[in-house]
Amino acid sequence: MVTDSVGNVETQFYTFAEDEPFCLESGASISPVVVAYETYGRLNADRSNAILICHALSGSAHAAGYVDGDPDKVGWWDDCIGPEKAFDTERFFVICSNVLGSCYGSTGPLNLDPLTGKPYALHFPVVTIGDMVRAQAKLLDHLGVDTLLCIAGGSMGGMQVLEWAAHHPKRVRSAVPIATTAQHSPMLIAFSEVGRQAIYADPFWNQGDYYDQPRKPDAGLAVARMVGHITYLSEESMHLKFGRRLQDMEKYGYEFQTEFEIESYLKYNGLKFTRRFDANSYLYVTKAMDYFDLTQPTGSLAASFAASTHIKFLAVSFTSDWLYPSYHSKKLVSALTAAGADVTYLDVRSTWGHDAFLLEVATMTHLLSSFLDRLVREDAIAAPDGYTPRPPRANDSGSKTQLAKLAETLA
Amino acid sequence: MTAFPNTRPNAHPTHLRPDLRAIADLVESGTRVLDLGCGDGALLEYLVKEKKVKGRGIEISEQGVLACVRRGLSVRQGNLQEGLADYPDASFDWVILSQTLVFLNDPAMVLQEMLRVGRQAIVSFSNWGHWRCRLELLFSGRIPVASDLPQQWFEVPRRQPFTVTDFARFCTQIGIQIDQQTYLDSGRRVRTGPFKNLLSTTAVFTLRKA
Repeated sequence: MVTDSVGNVETQFYTFAEDEPFCLESGASISPVVVAYETYGRLNADRSNAILICHALSGSAHAAGYVDGDPDKVGWWDDCIGPEKAFDTERFFVICSNVLGSCYGSTGPLNLDPLTGKPYALHFPVVTIGDMVRAQAKLLDHLGVDTLLCIAGGSMGGMQVLEWAAHHPKRVRSAVPIATTAQHSPMLIAFSEVGRQAIYADPFWNQGDYYDQPRKPDAGLAVARMVGHITYLSEESMHLKFGRRLQDMEKYGYEFQTEFEIESYLKYNGLKFTRRFDANSYLYVTKAMDYFDLTQPTGSLAASFAASTHIKFLAVSFTSDWLYPSYHSKKLVSALTAAGADVTYLDVRSTWGHDAFLLEVATMTHLLSSFLDRLVREDAIAAPDGYTPRPPRANDSGSKTQLAKLAETLA
Repeated sequence: MTAFPNTRPNAHPTHLRPDLRAIADLVESGTRVLDLGCGDGALLEYLVKEKKVKGRGIEISEQGVLACVRRGLSVRQGNLQEGLADYPDASFDWVILSQTLVFLNDPAMVLQEMLRVGRQAIVSFSNWGHWRCRLELLFSGRIPVASDLPQQWFEVPRRQPFTVTDFARFCTQIGIQIDQQTYLDSGRRVRTGPFKNLLSTTAVFTLRKA
């Protein structure tokens, strides 16, 4: 297993729309806009090796390496981004930015509204996946990246990938939507709404106006996260991970304290989430996902990708993902095929549910690195100056079996 | 962790299985090719590298798709029925179906779909009309196993044996014309004269709408 890291990284900030406001799909606007981002690796001479990574609902710009000099503060997709990993930072310039409306440095409800000098709270305008992507496009302009070699992401990250491919196709050479959908389904909207209702029901939410209060709507946010966690697992993974095992108990207590391991897991993760995420951001980001529907305005998904036929797609779904079931990806693949795009698709066998996109590292690495190798070969993408390929690893699976066979023969 | 098959890009793509080689020889350089049930992508890789075709594949197994992706091919996971339906008419010059006809539930539908999305099709299949198959049934009383498809009658997926003559009649019935015909006997090309059905173990045909 590859263990290389990009090392200590620092989140950076780009501010735009200071003079002219950034107009949103809703008709509202924001000024100024800050986008938090991290980059790993270096651009090549003709700036053709840039890859944009898009994060999911609760993610941040911190995708790889670690921050604050603390090796425990690891990026959310560090398994796949780094030297010699799937997104090889020695060959590619990898960018990840925090979405608009989130709470990890990009402008969102917890930031100060320049008009009032107080946090925006619910005065922050509702943003869409399209708005998030246009903010990313501004960041790319700032970084001097005109065309992306690849754009990749899972879940809500996958929605951004598809938004880029459909609405900014000229800036995209290849797109990797993972465990995602082109149209947020009624079931997904239902789960979003349960999460939001849990937050509204918390008295400390106070119509979103809690930033100067001693208590925050932590109970509501924790319930929202617990519902989320259930949807990220599968029934099978719950059986495997928790079963009906009891937490620190031998037998039932016949009371309402936490008894089962699964209860303890959900409570722990709910609580942990309140320490790192903002309840209002949860409302805004889930709302953005609910509005996502690439079949509009024509009603035909294929029509939305009519100008995207030059893009090479790698779509991936997971057999046990019931939140974004495989048929969402299959519909997408059908539409892309009908439009005439080049699509590679695999429904990966996995028991991990929606979480599989971060957990099936070996399969994802196989798919992503082979796909990127192909792009590099077909589009003759140069490595950054001074890049020297490392010698092949002695411990990769192929040579390992060969060595084992050799050892057997000799013994 | 998933164990990946050893499918490094073929160092010598010229080393193709003889029936695949017979198919490859029929495809012109630079054409658009769809390979149905492309397996580990050996044929498609050969066509992309040696004949510079624009190649696409459809494959049902995860292992096959992973192997194809490792070879740098564009492949969709799916079954043939679903897979074909998405392509617009005449999207390809050639649609290839190698050694798969024998497993299909509805061969007429698949062949007609192949000739909708492709201008021409290539099929290869094992011939149970070969003299050894006939003798085996006559003398042992058992259903013969084709030399290039060593599978018993009960193995999954189930297969439905047929002969060169069966296939030719079937094509006439469903309005499909057989053009070029290549016959192999245990991997070697053979001149069969009028005894195509008797002397070939494998047939490779190009098809078009009659």
